[in-house]
Amino acid sequence: MGLSPVLWQFLVNWLHNASLFPEEASTIAPYTDALYLCLVVMTIVGTTLVATLVVVFSARYRRERSPVATQIEGSTLLEATWTIIPLAIFLVAFVWGALLYFRIFNPPPNAMNIYIVGKQWMWKAEHPGGQHEINALHVPVGQPVQLTMISQDVFHSFSVPDFRIKREVIPGRYSTVWFEATKVGTYHLFCTQYCGTQHSGMVGWITVMSQEDYKTWLEQSTSGQSLAQNGERLYASMGCNSCHNGTAAARGPDLAGVYGSKLTLTDGRQILVDDAYLRDAILNPSAHVTAGYAPIMPTYQGQLSEDGLIDLVEFIKNMQSDYRVQQTLVTAASGESAPTTPPQAAGER
Amino acid sequence: MSTAVGNTIVSLPDQSTAQLPKRHYINNEYGLLSWLLTEDHKRIALLYLFSVTFFFFIGGAFAGLIRLELLTPQPDLVAADTYNKFFTMHGLIMIFLFLVPSIPGVMGNFLIPLMLGAKDLAFPKLNLLSWYVYMAGGTLTLAALVLGGVDTGWTFTAPLSTHYLNTHVITAAMAIFITGFSSILTGINFIVTIHRMRCPGMTWFRMPLFLWAHYAASLLMVLGTPVLAVTLVLVALERLFGIGVFDPAKGGDPLLFQHLFWFYSHPAVYIMILPGMGVISEVVSTFSRKRIFGYTAVAFSSVAIALFGFFVWEHHMFIMGVSSYSALVFSLLTMLVAVPSAIKIFNWAFTLQKGSITFETPMLYCFGFMGLFTIGGLTGVFLGSLGMDVHLTETYFVVAHFHFVMVGGGLMAFLAGIHFWWPKMTGRMYPETISKLAAVTTFIGFNLTFLPQFVLGYLGLPRRYAAYPPEFQVLNVLSTAGATVLGFGYMLPMLYLAWSLKYGAIAGSNPWQATGLEWQIASPPPTENFTEIPIMDHEVYDYEWLANKTKNEVTTVG
Repeated sequence: MGLSPVLWQFLVNWLHNASLFPEEASTIAPYTDALYLCLVVMTIVGTTLVATLVVVFSARYRRERSPVATQIEGSTLLEATWTIIPLAIFLVAFVWGALLYFRIFNPPPNAMNIYIVGKQWMWKAEHPGGQHEINALHVPVGQPVQLTMISQDVFHSFSVPDFRIKREVIPGRYSTVWFEATKVGTYHLFCTQYCGTQHSGMVGWITVMSQEDYKTWLEQSTSGQSLAQNGERLYASMGCNSCHNGTAAARGPDLAGVYGSKLTLTDGRQILVDDAYLRDAILNPSAHVTAGYAPIMPTYQGQLSEDGLIDLVEFIKNMQSDYRVQQTLVTAASGESAPTTPPQAAGER
Repeated sequence: MSTAVGNTIVSLPDQSTAQLPKRHYINNEYGLLSWLLTEDHKRIALLYLFSVTFFFFIGGAFAGLIRLELLTPQPDLVAADTYNKFFTMHGLIMIFLFLVPSIPGVMGNFLIPLMLGAKDLAFPKLNLLSWYVYMAGGTLTLAALVLGGVDTGWTFTAPLSTHYLNTHVITAAMAIFITGFSSILTGINFIVTIHRMRCPGMTWFRMPLFLWAHYAASLLMVLGTPVLAVTLVLVALERLFGIGVFDPAKGGDPLLFQHLFWFYSHPAVYIMILPGMGVISEVVSTFSRKRIFGYTAVAFSSVAIALFGFFVWEHHMFIMGVSSYSALVFSLLTMLVAVPSAIKIFNWAFTLQKGSITFETPMLYCFGFMGLFTIGGLTGVFLGSLGMDVHLTETYFVVAHFHFVMVGGGLMAFLAGIHFWWPKMTGRMYPETISKLAAVTTFIGFNLTFLPQFVLGYLGLPRRYAAYPPEFQVLNVLSTAGATVLGFGYMLPMLYLAWSLKYGAIAGSNPWQATGLEWQIASPPPTENFTEIPIMDHEVYDYEWLANKTKNEVTTVG
């Protein structure tokens, strides 16, 4: 916008105080508002134009003043005009909207990650440090935050109008959205996708805090176990480490440092390992077999909650070496009192 | 007939001597069976008129209940689950039982053969069947309502509808499945009739634009509705047997449901609006005494809308994690589909230029249509614009947008058409003053109801909320106040149109001095429509031809 920042602030504050605009509380909001204002102007100009044409023609050519109509076939020039000008305006709306879309959905690389699980009818937020919240989310001001979200049941939609962001929360796949809050305060969190009886009760508050307050909050709210620590325990208790342990004899691929790398699968596909891939590989392993390995991993569908999956994903994401995995293995083996399972039986599993 | 230049074109026969024709399609046969087993397209149109009106008022009652509940932020009139059933029923009834069949079922059935110069539609029995199928679907919908309701929303979103609700989802899905076939039958009938039954001289480019619009809408009905049927069957199967098409735990894809559903439901929007656009073309031409400006462009824009309409469905899914590149393509196509609508609006506006305009009720509804549809269309550009859609989608902005298009556009056009062809259908005029009042009331009430919802949407209020934060109350109260006015606006026509059946002035065959073939025969028309096959020896909207014809008639009679 060529508008001076002072004027823009004045205008937006006025619109907000007149209850026509939500608060501008994220870095995205001014961009969305600028496009919105332009489109509103387009609508007003367009509607006024049509209304003026109708009123002026109606007054000028009403039957009393114009008893006989003059037949006109059409006019290629005029018709081309009102084909091309609206098309041009709509194309501007398209390009501008597309640029905004990519701005909204491309997170900056330094964004911190928080997991969101939606379920009928609550929002659960899980911070990597192990802080859990329900229908609330605490975030620091001036720090890009990326949300990795999934639904445990039906479609939900995570909407924060004051940030101008919204993203569908889908069962069975991760979706992400990011924002950077610019103002300390509390803001509405809505579920905007109809999700059943208490849809309108699936609301919460986003609390934006100063960096220091946020640190204090993190320390006071921790459950004592980070997500990755929970994940590590799951990793051992689900028996993941019996194959994925990085030893020479391991039957599953080594997972240390796998996050963010490119994998080649047995069907030849090249895949970037991200949160979604890890989740899919746990739930549907036979479709995600790393090249060089046998498809022997059982599915964990139905055995892990979305929270558990998030813990596992977070653990694998942060796994830099297999040292602790192997330690767990040794501890588990030495802790076994009963005779061990014969090796060939283990091989059949 | 007076030739003095006044502010009306209405020319009625001398009321002291005028009579309805002795024999016409209404009094040709008597008895309930003569209606229930009729194959006359005009009688079937009346059957449709009664049934869509009935469903409109039921759907309207639910709209009233929704607005009442939203007067206060708390869910105090009804609990959340009841509210959910209200908006589901409102949506299902208004879309599938009113908007989709209204103009094609009533005006399309009545007028397509008359405008073509044909004796009936190509398949009269199929036509009757389509009404029965529609009634079966409607009855089943009411059954779902009476049995305890359904709360899926009109969108039947999986996996909510398939796994998580214990209301009458299957009954409702089957009701809509059945109703869909009525639409398919109507569509086939119209397409074949327009292709095969044009009278001598009626070339494609001599057809009234009403027919072009219905032709385009029929293509959408025939090609789109089966996809909805498939989707609903899959929902029912998934719910009954857990086949796992949409369930991610079984390897299904919930986004597939969205694709399938919107593949029909976006074109459905054009099924609802295109016939309305056809009505507007007829009315604007008649009351400005002019051929439609750029006839060919308006005709082809209908076809263009039908064509592009099939390739924009993904704009309902921009925030659902679809690929960014496909989002770009669908956003671009959405912008393109807006252009033919803009062309139509400007062509209608310029039809007024150098016309000889009068302002009877149908014309007032037309002006209402043009204003409201322009706003509806332009706010659609907001939603088609990718980044803007993120903030606006799933909020009241969307609700306001599609009500401007569907109600401000579709319903206004329906009312314009009903008033315009009422004299042809019944042989009697509606009362002019009170109907003008109704038109103005609807326009004001409509804006008061839905303009605040645009603001609510930008403020972020999600749709389908039984309870909302208190800061949104003022705008909701305004909206409810508007809905009250709007309700009165819709009650009026029903009352005075019923009144006019007995007390309205005798209309004569051509009260508006319109050029369509339907106006050149008696009102109400005889059962066989035309005593001799008409010959279209002039261009469409040829007011000089009409003037000459009228002059010759007078001389021959004199």
